Amino acid sequence: MDRAETAAKIAALIEPFNKKGVAISDATTFAGDLEFDSLTVMDFVAAIEDDFDIIISMNQQAEIENYGQLIDAVVKLQG
Amino acid sequence: MTDLFSKFDPLIEMRANLLASGVEDPFNLVMEKVLSPTVAICNGRETILLGTYNYMGMTFDPDVIEAGKEALDDFGSGTTGSRVLNGTYAGHRAVEDALKDFYGMDHAMVFSTGYQANLGIISTVAGKGDYIVLDIDSHASIWDGCKMGDAEVVPFRHNDIEAMEKRLKRIPAGAGKLVVLEGVYSMLGDIAPLKEMIRIAKENGAMVLVDEAHSMGFIGPNGRGVAEEQGVLDDVDFVIGTFSKSVGTVGGFCVSNHPKFEILRLVCRPYVFTASLPPSVVHTAATSIRKLMHAGNKRAHLWENSRTLHKGLRDKGFQLGTEEPQSAIISVIMPDLERGAAMWEALLHEGLYVNLARPPATPANMTLLRCSLCAEHTAEQVQTIIGMFERAGKRAAII
Repeated sequence: MDRAETAAKIAALIEPFNKKGVAISDATTFAGDLEFDSLTVMDFVAAIEDDFDIIISMNQQAEIENYGQLIDAVVKLQG
Repeated sequence: MTDLFSKFDPLIEMRANLLASGVEDPFNLVMEKVLSPTVAICNGRETILLGTYNYMGMTFDPDVIEAGKEALDDFGSGTTGSRVLNGTYAGHRAVEDALKDFYGMDHAMVFSTGYQANLGIISTVAGKGDYIVLDIDSHASIWDGCKMGDAEVVPFRHNDIEAMEKRLKRIPAGAGKLVVLEGVYSMLGDIAPLKEMIRIAKENGAMVLVDEAHSMGFIGPNGRGVAEEQGVLDDVDFVIGTFSKSVGTVGGFCVSNHPKFEILRLVCRPYVFTASLPPSVVHTAATSIRKLMHAGNKRAHLWENSRTLHKGLRDKGFQLGTEEPQSAIISVIMPDLERGAAMWEALLHEGLYVNLARPPATPANMTLLRCSLCAEHTAEQVQTIIGMFERAGKRAAII
């Protein structure tokens, strides 16, 4: 799956978690802009993991601060 | 110069706001005198203790105290050394033997605290390239053990069997896997479906570690914990436990049947690079553990207390952490931190001590009043406690 296709899928997956309807770009941060707490992060990550059938370990999550980095990571994890 | 403490400003402010409301500081209580496992003088008042994890009331057991006094006389006040150098005394061996007998396992390794047992075993057993799959509501010592090691860390939703299985199946072939679970989760007092989870972990080639800190002594036919209760203790590779709850002193341990277990004494840094427990502590622990092997009546009374309190509080209209009493922890859910703190203070003024638990220690950002029962609470004390909750709950407008 290429980056555009992956990005489109993730855009759909993040919608229910983006409760404040923040406009999302690659630079949008999860902790700062989206105000995700640790439980939201877990549920959002689980949604992505289940959809793409991948694991994003916490070690990898620590490197992901913004939306663009997440898409890049998911593209890479799909191999 | 950047003040390195500026990162704590939000917490400092939250604390200041809480105390400005005039509430007694919930995190600065002093026990001036301890009269028994269930009663102390706290901040000048005689207080029933309902938040101590002293489940089996062993802290004032005469045999336990005598063992400690003798060890102080015979072995001195401390070992001043690591277990692997000059810090292993006869008592350290004796308490490890007591643990092996208690759990019916081949190996036991004693740490200076339960925190260090999780820190040491998890960070040492799971290394680079291995995967740790754990419950999101795991205790801080488990998370810190993960952080200290080099393994990939994969959490799953609390007690969610399917989420755990999915994650196990996605781990690359050939990677080492450690599933970390707890018997009783201490915030809500709920237990884990260990039977199913351990079966799935084993089917997927994982080793299993279960923290039984809050079950030792009273859950399972021999008090070995939730894994024993559910008939799966033989499939657990590592049981982690503590002396600071049912055993009634301080220290932590891991018991295991793994044939190579003893090598951990040389490679586990939180075991090697710290001083061993004082002789008085290991002798009190060994005596207490052996007495816990024959504590059927106390166990039965503790369960009766747990059931009575759970029903009593629910009947008064409190919202509890579990539908049924699953352990000796009854967790009362508060609407928010301010009202939780007010209720906590109202209980203290009634003469009752419980734990105020707040985020981030709690799941789902809840504020909890956590009650832990003791086998030494009398039936009358439990009724008194229910009355105190009712009066305080009305005063704090919780019920």
